[in-house]
Amino acid sequence: MFLSMNWISDFVDLSGLDKVELINKFSLSTAEVENEIFYKGSDLSGIVVAEIKSVENHPESKKLHLLKVDIGGDELVDVVCGAPNVRVGLKTAFAKLGAKIGEIEISPRKLAGYTSNGMCCSEAEIGISDDNSGIMEITDDVKNGTDLKDIYEIDDIVFEVDNKSLTNRPDLWGHYGIAREFAALAGRELKPLDIVDLAKYNDLKKIDIKIEDPLCYRYSGLQVENIQRNTSPVNMRIRLYYCGMRAINFLADLTNYLMLEMGQPMHAFDSRKVEKIRIKRFDKPFKFTTLDGEERNIDENTLMICNGDTPVAIAGIMGGLDSEIVKDTTTLTLESATFDAASIRKSTVRLSHRTDASMRYEKSLDPEMTVTAIARFVRLLSEYDSNIEVVSALTDEYAYKYDKVTLTFDKAFVDKYTGIEISDDRIIKTLTSLGFKAEQDGDVFTVDVPSWRATKDVTIKADIIEEITRIYGYDNFDVNTTRSPLYPVRMDQVKSDEEKIKDILVKKYNLHEVHSYVWAYYDEQKELGIPVEENIKLANATNPNIETIRRSIIPTQLCQVKSNIGYSSSYGIFEIGRVVEGVDENNLCVEKKMLAVTLYSKTEDIKTLYFKLRDILATLTDDIKHKALSFKSVEPTHSYEHPVNLNEIILDGEVIGKIGIVHPVVAKKIDKKGSVVYTEIDVEKFSKSENASIQYNEPSKYPPITYDLSVELKPGTFFSNLMDCWKGIREDILRGIKIVDTYDTDTIHSITIRFEFYSNERTLSSAEVQEAMDEIINRLGDIGVTLRK
Amino acid sequence: MDDKITNLKQNLEQQLSEVSNLVDLDKLRVAFLGKKGSVTGLLKGMKDLSNDERKEFGKRVNELKGKVAKSIEEKTKELKEKEIEAEIKAMPQFDITTPANLARGSYHPITLVQRQCETIFKSMGFTVEDYSEVVTDYECFESLNIPKHHPARDMQDTYYLENGQLLKSQTSAAQNAIIKKYGKRLVENGTPIKAIFPGRCFRNEATDATHENTFFQMEGVMVDKDISISNLIYFMKTMLSEVFRKDIKVRLRPGFFPFVEPGFELDINCLICGGEGCPSCNRSGWLELCPCGMIHPEVLKEGGVDPEKYTGFAFGLGLTRLVMMKYGVKDIRDLNSGSLKSLSQFTDDE
Repeated sequence: MFLSMNWISDFVDLSGLDKVELINKFSLSTAEVENEIFYKGSDLSGIVVAEIKSVENHPESKKLHLLKVDIGGDELVDVVCGAPNVRVGLKTAFAKLGAKIGEIEISPRKLAGYTSNGMCCSEAEIGISDDNSGIMEITDDVKNGTDLKDIYEIDDIVFEVDNKSLTNRPDLWGHYGIAREFAALAGRELKPLDIVDLAKYNDLKKIDIKIEDPLCYRYSGLQVENIQRNTSPVNMRIRLYYCGMRAINFLADLTNYLMLEMGQPMHAFDSRKVEKIRIKRFDKPFKFTTLDGEERNIDENTLMICNGDTPVAIAGIMGGLDSEIVKDTTTLTLESATFDAASIRKSTVRLSHRTDASMRYEKSLDPEMTVTAIARFVRLLSEYDSNIEVVSALTDEYAYKYDKVTLTFDKAFVDKYTGIEISDDRIIKTLTSLGFKAEQDGDVFTVDVPSWRATKDVTIKADIIEEITRIYGYDNFDVNTTRSPLYPVRMDQVKSDEEKIKDILVKKYNLHEVHSYVWAYYDEQKELGIPVEENIKLANATNPNIETIRRSIIPTQLCQVKSNIGYSSSYGIFEIGRVVEGVDENNLCVEKKMLAVTLYSKTEDIKTLYFKLRDILATLTDDIKHKALSFKSVEPTHSYEHPVNLNEIILDGEVIGKIGIVHPVVAKKIDKKGSVVYTEIDVEKFSKSENASIQYNEPSKYPPITYDLSVELKPGTFFSNLMDCWKGIREDILRGIKIVDTYDTDTIHSITIRFEFYSNERTLSSAEVQEAMDEIINRLGDIGVTLRK
Repeated sequence: MDDKITNLKQNLEQQLSEVSNLVDLDKLRVAFLGKKGSVTGLLKGMKDLSNDERKEFGKRVNELKGKVAKSIEEKTKELKEKEIEAEIKAMPQFDITTPANLARGSYHPITLVQRQCETIFKSMGFTVEDYSEVVTDYECFESLNIPKHHPARDMQDTYYLENGQLLKSQTSAAQNAIIKKYGKRLVENGTPIKAIFPGRCFRNEATDATHENTFFQMEGVMVDKDISISNLIYFMKTMLSEVFRKDIKVRLRPGFFPFVEPGFELDINCLICGGEGCPSCNRSGWLELCPCGMIHPEVLKEGGVDPEKYTGFAFGLGLTRLVMMKYGVKDIRDLNSGSLKSLSQFTDDE
């Protein structure tokens, strides 16, 4: 919303004050002002009133005319002008020699052979409207040669307030409310509005108005006749233009002017079309043409203004085409009303039609304002058109009154909330300047909230704190730390594990942390041949590519691996992120926090890469939990999973995730020559596993005995199968098992296992070690594992 | 006999001068001093000598033995030195000034900035909370004094799910749960509620260089008996100065958020121009960074804390925004791109 300092100054005397500094103060205390401040008229000088005394056609140009104009001097001035509306007797805006319009300085200039000693200007050229159809036509009775700035408010400071920062302030949607803030900030008085006393029309007949719907809070009307003026006064048009509105005609301009001044939207109907004003909703949807010529679908929730049963306007949004003021309108009916804010807002959304009026109604306007607005309207109307006649009594249906809001609080409350000392006197003064009625009795303050703040904005004590502090100025606050008792803080286990995981992956394995979106990547997955899994969807996604929430990070991560091909010949990425596994029995999403890791390499073979990833997981578990993982081969359920190399990851007997090699079909789509392996684990499950505390083992003073055993494994037999063969055997002295060699041919898979025996009490005899080994060898034989020859 | 000794001596000197490595020297040692060596051999001829002669000869052979051993020892030392010298000479001077081959991973910049913020607040006794991304209407709006049809719900274009839940549009969605979680301790033991909760938020909007539908915020709340606006400004200023590692100027403007009263927009002095005004700050010298305010009494009440007895502040810091400012990231979409060309640059930054 654009605001004019001239307009504001109508209501508060700001003379002698730095206006720009005041605007900055307003931005810090009331609502955000956009950075650019417009100094209207500052680049304009030397524009005077000129009267055209003669008009001759240019001999060689159809468009150009040769004029002699009177600019109040002794001699007429020769001017060449191309405007279509030149005529003898017309008074216009004239840039005389030496005048400045923006960067241009006016000097004698030859136009098609004739010298022009100045320039007749259109309104657009001097920046007071967008009318560039011809030169300005001045109808006011002004002396030739008068500087235009002396008769019209061309000089102004205009600033823009971010509408969003006014959402909760219905009172700031007009200049008068803004002026109240400036008055409080400047410590000056707010002038009362100049209005007519409508009581003098009480004897006239009333308008037939009935509110038939609770969504209308108040409906005030007045009928006026004999409006003769068609064009608005120049100053009114300038203000409208500076504030971002186009002048239309006097009546329309005046309703707009009133709205920009008081924040109260008004509407004028042709009285013939609104003999019986009824405000209501309809049971059935229908079509309705608004005054912009658009046909709109009205449903049963939209509040309408009607003439009897005929709709004539969409309440609070826009009038209808049929009830518009037309040429032969003699009597008009003014509407000044208040409606339910939420209802107007919802209607504008449904109609997708937001207007200056609805924007204001959405903010919960003050119903007390409707009659004042009419009184102000009549005041301005009669000032600019003395012929007008009021032909009805003020008719005012007031169906819903807001409760009066009175708040009481004590000084201690203010002290506690602010943390600084603000004097009693200052509290009272600030509130009073903002229109609150504030009284103090001992330590207790009683505050009546003015109607324009009481519709929703100020309802509790804390709201009063805001009023006091914002005018006090937050820059003026003393800044202090708190005085609260101290208690130890324990880190959340999941968070703490997460940070450790990240550190290990980054620092030890040089992996890269990435982020991705929470929805499945349709397009990218399609390229890799990974269908998007059925899952809960967004109800209002604007882009179908992001519609479905992901069940796993892996498909996303494979897409990311592909998009990074070329970054390096080997890399690994990871993410700790969320997935949703459908909904539970209460129809609530089952959200999980997963760690996903994917390794890619062009240089390492697939087995090396797969084992590297296995070791990463084992290291995480060993380092953070002091525990070991186990693995169990499973069947693939997704297109990217490898039929042979896919395992569940088990911690404490619970499956916490999967590790696998990417299916060759998908892998080749990522990179024909690269290897890709992945894993995904449930971080919360991982974290739930208790940290096994460190058990210290005293190093033995006695020498260990090692025993190497080379065995051949048949396909389908895994090391994990062998582990049962030494389970329970001499656990007191069998202290370590590791693989020291592997030997593979096409037909044989063989490994050499090293068993380490030692005791902390004595030197072991080779006989007891041999005895234990014999037992192990026996058991291996039982499951068909043979020693290598 | 004397001749033999003299000959041996000469012989040794001759051979020693010819030896050029330790292996040959050792052979020489064996040849002279070994069990079957020539010096030992001398002693074998002693049996033909008289007692006196034998005594005398033995003495001289022993002298010889000592001399030979000493010569060989000296030679050994000399050869060892030469060998080291040769080894040093053989070693070229490596060019250590070539670009290093960095073996390093990277953190997501959000992780880095989030950790910095967490460290600051942990040091001031705040807990760090975790919260889900899918939340209910109650968590995101209702409990925050944003009833149905409140215009504030339009301000945040929320992603709704088919089941009526939503992707949280603000970290404030965790406020109610946090206040409930620690409210009891506050009332019973007087332990203040001091918590931060970093998290991912979602807004249903078109993306471009400065707009993302997925971004991070960090919410903070503190509730105790006498928490004031003055305290709020203190904590915000302290945190931001720590994050940017310099004294940061902040200013508060009124801002409207239904869950705080009074509510503020917090601006910081533009870090690029220092407040002079530049394109980054839209020539204002200030950057809008963090909405904050005093927790609305209704929000406290909904969390089970009596607003007549307790007050508190809350803030919602834009972590993503902070990352962009701190590292000069111009396109917000880089952060969710998964592109290693961008992200691999962020190594540890503690």
